[in-house]
Amino acid sequence: MTELTTLPAAELAAKIHAREVTSVEVTRAHLDRIAAVDDHVHAFLHVDREGALAAAEAVDADLAAGKAPASPLAGVPLALKDVFTTKGIPTTCGSRTLEGWVPPYDATVTRTLREAGVVILGKTNMDEFAMGSSTENSAFGPTHNPWDHARIPGGSGGGSSASLAAFEAPLAIGTDTGGSIRQPGAVTGTVGVKPTYGGVSRYGLVAFSSSLDQGGPCARTVLDAAMLHEIIGGHDPMDSTSIDAPVPPVVAAAREGARDGLSGVRVGVVSEFRGEGYQPGVLRSFEAAVDQLRALGAEVVEVSCPHFTYALPAYYLIAPSEASSNLARFDAMRYGIRVSDDGTHSAEEVMSLTREAGFGPEVKRRIMLGTYALSSGYYDAYYGSAQKVRTLIIRDFDAAFEQVDVLVSPTTPTTAFKIGERVDDPLAMYLADLCTIPSDLAGNAALSVPCGLSDEDGLPVGLQVMAPALADDRLYKVAAAYEGARDAAAGGSLVHQVPELNGGAR
Amino acid sequence: MPNISRDEVAHLAKLARLAVTEEELDTFAGQLDQILDAVAKVGEVAAEDIPPTSHAVPLTNVFRDDVVRQGLSQQQALAGAPAAEEGRFRVPRILGEEQ
Repeated sequence: MTELTTLPAAELAAKIHAREVTSVEVTRAHLDRIAAVDDHVHAFLHVDREGALAAAEAVDADLAAGKAPASPLAGVPLALKDVFTTKGIPTTCGSRTLEGWVPPYDATVTRTLREAGVVILGKTNMDEFAMGSSTENSAFGPTHNPWDHARIPGGSGGGSSASLAAFEAPLAIGTDTGGSIRQPGAVTGTVGVKPTYGGVSRYGLVAFSSSLDQGGPCARTVLDAAMLHEIIGGHDPMDSTSIDAPVPPVVAAAREGARDGLSGVRVGVVSEFRGEGYQPGVLRSFEAAVDQLRALGAEVVEVSCPHFTYALPAYYLIAPSEASSNLARFDAMRYGIRVSDDGTHSAEEVMSLTREAGFGPEVKRRIMLGTYALSSGYYDAYYGSAQKVRTLIIRDFDAAFEQVDVLVSPTTPTTAFKIGERVDDPLAMYLADLCTIPSDLAGNAALSVPCGLSDEDGLPVGLQVMAPALADDRLYKVAAAYEGARDAAAGGSLVHQVPELNGGAR
Repeated sequence: MPNISRDEVAHLAKLARLAVTEEELDTFAGQLDQILDAVAKVGEVAAEDIPPTSHAVPLTNVFRDDVVRQGLSQQQALAGAPAAEEGRFRVPRILGEEQ
């Protein structure tokens, strides 16, 4: 039965649909795994055991009645980042502010997953309101990296990625504002995809930075991520930023890449993302991955994107500015917690005291930074200039994609760092998103696929692939070709090398 | 010279409705100063002739047919409220002592 927690989602779905195994058995195996190991990993904030088993039973009943599966992943369990609203299931966004809040409605992503017969196991841990690169900013305690419990699993979607690496779920959903899907994917040895901005509905996603936030798939294989992408992607009239265009054929692209290699594909190596400040072992794994892309038939060239070095400062002005506005909704009046409402304080005082009690330091820091950057007198120097940098980054991408089909870089400058190591140094923490931020600012698609273990510390390294907006299929073709070749050379998938966790065999 | 003083942090916190502690004021003043120093780099390339981009995709207003549909019930809307009374959100007093 333990095999059920190690199989890729595509294989699990095939077995469930062929009725070789039931969705209830698969779901129960994952719930048992969570019960056995999550005390050590802390990937989940809430496990919906009853709801998951009921959803699995419904899939099994439909299949037994001869109905076609609702989707190619019907019956397969999934871990959902706690930033998506879930009707009847607590949604906290990793914050005390929303502790105990049970939304009265489902996010579009949640509803789509339910309709597709995907079994939602529970809600995963995250940096508070998705602000962070380590999942240490969760009000409910950090998530631990299954590769080394003393290290961070990345952030803000550390819970989602850790649940995959700990074999607690075969699929997960994350959100990426500055790299929060790809960076956790890289440091946990899993696959994470930031779809084109607007490619997956943001309705019901608790907003952090509205012009950047993007939900996307997390999985242990590229094909699994593609299958999940096709289910959650598409136009949503409930979201005014949703793109009214078909979902790119990402599953077909993944299969094509795995089958046919990369002959005729032009790959650009971003020269700005491989120099000083990068861990040597990360660079060595990255260079080996580039060699592998060449061996698969790709034409590889160096490409310069000179303004990418300004992306990090631009992001840390734009995102906090939008956050300072979005988080104004947490005012202790309509939902969330309220403190000091003892009749001696005015509404304004209750609001301030509640926000003081409900928000953690990183959230407060960003709200104040955003308030400052948007304030009269500083707007042009900070926020206005950051918006211009955004234009320059988009131009860099446009020029690069005239020369090549995709760009590649390491996903992160270093492997997973130790819990607590950067917590008092925001600037050091922000560097974790150095390579992922440009794609968020430009709204492009990007993906992280495991590319080996750093020879210094034995920890996972990610290869980032970036593509133009609405060309998400290119990511999957390149990543699936690379993954197939790497796994064949290494004798198996990288994530299966994760050490056994307390709680026994998978 | 720091970009941002402790008093300015206190002012920002007031604007942002955050009742920060004395200890937090010291911490945030130092950290915000460092962060603002680092992000000021954006000014190096932000020339006059570069148009700002606020959003990666063109935003257009979205209209839908004006059709009556089911919304949240009163009970659902109030279910997550910190305090409710007689079918309404109950808020603390709006006016301070001086009003």
